[in-house]
Amino acid sequence: MTSPYLKLALYGCLAAAGIAAPLVFPDYTFQLAMLWIMILFALTWDILGGQMGYNSLGNIFFFGAGMYICAIVQIGLYYDVAEYTAAFGAVQVDYTLREYLTGFGLGLAAAAFGCVALAFLFGRIVFGLRGPYFAIGTLGVALAAAELVGAWDYVGGGGGISLPVYPGEPETRSLLYYGLAFLAAAAVFGFLRWLYSTRFGLALNAIRDDEEKAEAMGIHTTRYKTVAWAVAAFFLGISGGIFGNMTGFIEPLEVAFPTVTFGIFMVLMVLLGGKGTLWGPVIGATLFHVIKEVTWTYLLGWQWITLGALIIVNVIFFQQGILGWARERWPERFGVHVDESLQAPRPEDAPGLTAQQPREQEAT
Amino acid sequence: MTAALIEVRGVTKAFGGVVANRDISLDVPEGRITGLIGPNGSGKTTLFNSIAGYHPIDAGSIRFEGREISRLPVQRIARRGLVRTFQQTRVYGRMSCMQNMRISIPHRKATWRDMVGRDDRAVFDKAERLLEFVGLYSKRRLPAGSLSFGQQKLLEFAMALMNEPRVLLLDEPTAGINPTLINGLIDRLRRANAELGITLFVIEHNMRVIMNMAEHLYCLAHGELLAEGPPERIKSDPRVVNAYLGTH
Repeated sequence: MTSPYLKLALYGCLAAAGIAAPLVFPDYTFQLAMLWIMILFALTWDILGGQMGYNSLGNIFFFGAGMYICAIVQIGLYYDVAEYTAAFGAVQVDYTLREYLTGFGLGLAAAAFGCVALAFLFGRIVFGLRGPYFAIGTLGVALAAAELVGAWDYVGGGGGISLPVYPGEPETRSLLYYGLAFLAAAAVFGFLRWLYSTRFGLALNAIRDDEEKAEAMGIHTTRYKTVAWAVAAFFLGISGGIFGNMTGFIEPLEVAFPTVTFGIFMVLMVLLGGKGTLWGPVIGATLFHVIKEVTWTYLLGWQWITLGALIIVNVIFFQQGILGWARERWPERFGVHVDESLQAPRPEDAPGLTAQQPREQEAT
Repeated sequence: MTAALIEVRGVTKAFGGVVANRDISLDVPEGRITGLIGPNGSGKTTLFNSIAGYHPIDAGSIRFEGREISRLPVQRIARRGLVRTFQQTRVYGRMSCMQNMRISIPHRKATWRDMVGRDDRAVFDKAERLLEFVGLYSKRRLPAGSLSFGQQKLLEFAMALMNEPRVLLLDEPTAGINPTLINGLIDRLRRANAELGITLFVIEHNMRVIMNMAEHLYCLAHGELLAEGPPERIKSDPRVVNAYLGTH
């Protein structure tokens, strides 16, 4: 019932706020960039977890994979990766700004498409699993990846990699990463908004509601599932590349494949905001990030307990999330209502079923 | 019209030691309504599942439009135009009735590009007409899961029609529906058959319904084909009566 102008104004305000935020609060640029990455996490997790009903605990795998792919490309373009990582940051590699940006740009592209390839590869394996087995299976992928990368000396093993240092001013550096994180989150939102308005959204919902029925109706379920995962992987790969450069140092357990922090946060943010909606993950991620930052600042020592309590309350008493609750409260606002008319409008005086016979025969 | 759309030849299916179907052969002729009856546990749904591709058969062959389908997966069979409904209705509960209808369009020629296609006016019109046909037009914006069991059955039927199948396998379409609604449903099944030319193959327990509707009946008992023929003959066949009521 909202008019298109109102929507346009809303998006305009958000975009303006996104651009202005780091200029108004320069001390919080890193935190604000993290907010966009959190929103990206929540939105991409919801593609499978909310819209398609497949609760993945391993989406963080693509975050880490993207981070490492991006790093390898950035270093490998101008240097020998094995030598670089073996030195554990002791070698000083000076990049010109041009070299740095070329490497970074190509790295992000490689991360995105590399993760899509990985999604297709692992999709063949994990989509044979349903329900809780899918959740555990995907978690296994992420945990195994962390262990394997930790044992892989070429990329520095458990010691990690210090990424090439941005050659410009520190202020421009943080603004660059902020801008990229903002653009990535906005791109995910715009892309999903379009994607859910096509047949893709309906097919994902059909798989969520009854996959066996969807198969019986001839829907290409495997195709939809794999592409959905690949979409999530594409954007998570990019976010990994950005995050890796933002922190400057990456290693497998805490930074690249943090299953118990970011990996779980993405699920919680969606649950908090409302599964299977476009705005739910955005609202959930924002609220979660704010709560997390506030507790980390003012309740230090108790932050994990506060977070745990929030999770328990959320999962036990408020499963439907903020938007889910709103939907139950005001269904008419979401287009759910009985229409009193019993007949479909007929443009050309056609009597019911018989009217479609020509089309029917054409199709068979 | 005489060519059989579905030809089942010598189909045997066993689950462990239990033989659910033994050497069953039958024909579903194009454009007709064919019935499948038999007491509980006689293997009717197993036969349906074999035809629709839910499990591999142990022996025999199943042909649809003259081509072998017994090794094809469910989705491929459905895309060829052989669609089934379920005994326990299955609709997409959290989606609106209209969305249920829109995603049920035929996926026969769907390409990768069609995954992100948008439904044109014709799809909406057709979905609305079919919902009106089953009497659910006024509920089209409600979530399918909020409908009553009988209404969900009607919705599932409308979704099947939306798919433009050549043949529709209906597993107990009237089970759990109140008597008033049953008459309407029979009428609609007949119209779908007559006006849209959809071949129907129906499992039914309600004898009044199936005797009225089908032109040819097959009766299963203990996993074997017991009798076949026009309804009048089946009704008076002593073997069929015995199978239902017992000989003792």
